[in-house]
Amino acid sequence: MLGFGMYTQALDSAGAAEPQGDVDEVARLERFQARIDRDEKIEPKDWMPADYRQALIRQIAQHAHSEVVGMLPEGNWISRAPSLRRKVVLIAKVQDEGGHGMYLYSAAETLGVSRAALIEQLLAGRAKYSSIFNYPTLTWADIGAIGWLVDGAAIMNQIPLCRCSYGPYARAMVRICKEESFHQRQGYELMLTLARGSAAQRAMAQEALNRWWWPSLMMFGPSDAHSVHTAQSMRWKIKRFSNDELRQKFIDVTVPQAQYLGLTVPDPELRWDEPAQHYRAGPIDWSEFQAVLEGGGPCNRERLAARREAHEAGRWVREAAVAYAEKHGAHAEPARSG
Amino acid sequence: MNEDWALYEVFIRSRSGLEHKHVGSLHAADARMAIEHARDTYTRRLEGVSIWVVRSSEIVASDPEEAEALFEPARDKIYRHPTFYAIPDEVKNL
Ligand SMILES: [Fe+2]
Ligand SMILES: [Fe+2]
Repeated sequence: MLGFGMYTQALDSAGAAEPQGDVDEVARLERFQARIDRDEKIEPKDWMPADYRQALIRQIAQHAHSEVVGMLPEGNWISRAPSLRRKVVLIAKVQDEGGHGMYLYSAAETLGVSRAALIEQLLAGRAKYSSIFNYPTLTWADIGAIGWLVDGAAIMNQIPLCRCSYGPYARAMVRICKEESFHQRQGYELMLTLARGSAAQRAMAQEALNRWWWPSLMMFGPSDAHSVHTAQSMRWKIKRFSNDELRQKFIDVTVPQAQYLGLTVPDPELRWDEPAQHYRAGPIDWSEFQAVLEGGGPCNRERLAARREAHEAGRWVREAAVAYAEKHGAHAEPARSG
Repeated sequence: MNEDWALYEVFIRSRSGLEHKHVGSLHAADARMAIEHARDTYTRRLEGVSIWVVRSSEIVASDPEEAEALFEPARDKIYRHPTFYAIPDEVKNL
């Protein structure tokens, strides 16, 4: 599956050149693990185990798809933003998410998978993306809740990925993390405005928190006891913290933020554990998570339909661009402007 | 069928006086589009004052397998560094 145009940093060789025959596979694996243990970065042309490559492709592609599909629930409110300020902010945020998708597709491509193949998997419904984006955005307060909680959870997940062992992924994550902070802050500011507003606005904010709280906790993935990939990913330093560790961190920073808003976290069992200095959440309903993941979420169908429609509607533009490039020579210098 | 546009590597000069630095890659139908996509993808927050794009297929890279052969010879040439030379403290401006 290594094919044309797969490297973005190292492009002239025919693949991660594997020394032939005589080098013992076990020794090679050991050398690879030793590099990881020394915190060396693995780069596209370096030798890597096939499983490492596959695990990264799976994770980065899922991540890229999530950024792209994640534009849809928020895009839903651009035309109805209550002020010009809120509208430009929302457009900028949604555009960032598109950008994040682009950085991540590029990183995945360095592993030998083509962009077209990844997009095709998404459109065919064969690719996973974060199930949070299969929930609808019913009110304007959802835009605040998404920025605050969904981007907040994403940041929690993404910061450790800046130190991921695979260079192109780590570098993409650094760029993304720099941009995420504004996403979360604009969301919290929006919630704060509603929380300080009329009774109806406060109720709207509370209702959005009620709907987004549990799905946000589920964004960290299944609990460690049921997580299939965690141990190997940690050994490879693709992952640095377990799902439950990150979820706990998120709960600890988010509960006081909800209190400041004067809103109630929709978890009757939530309590402060004084000796451990942690908030303890009640049990998560994983059957819901599974159902949404398997396509039973409120918007699974709608999200994919929207992506397919955008892809088809853009087809003539892509074809026109190719025709134009062929006519004028793809290597033609861009027009000089003074 | 779906075919990707050519891959371009993107280099950005972040401020005047600094060198262009590799920031990532993107697909584009031609060079002009690559510049425009690079603007939208990599400079949404004034990250640059100048963009270079180059077709990824035009880049020739060294092979990690030959890294030792290429770079090892410089390792023992410590006399190429100023700290190799012991100069008494009393001597100034050296
Ligand atoms: Fe993002
Ligand atoms: Fe974001």
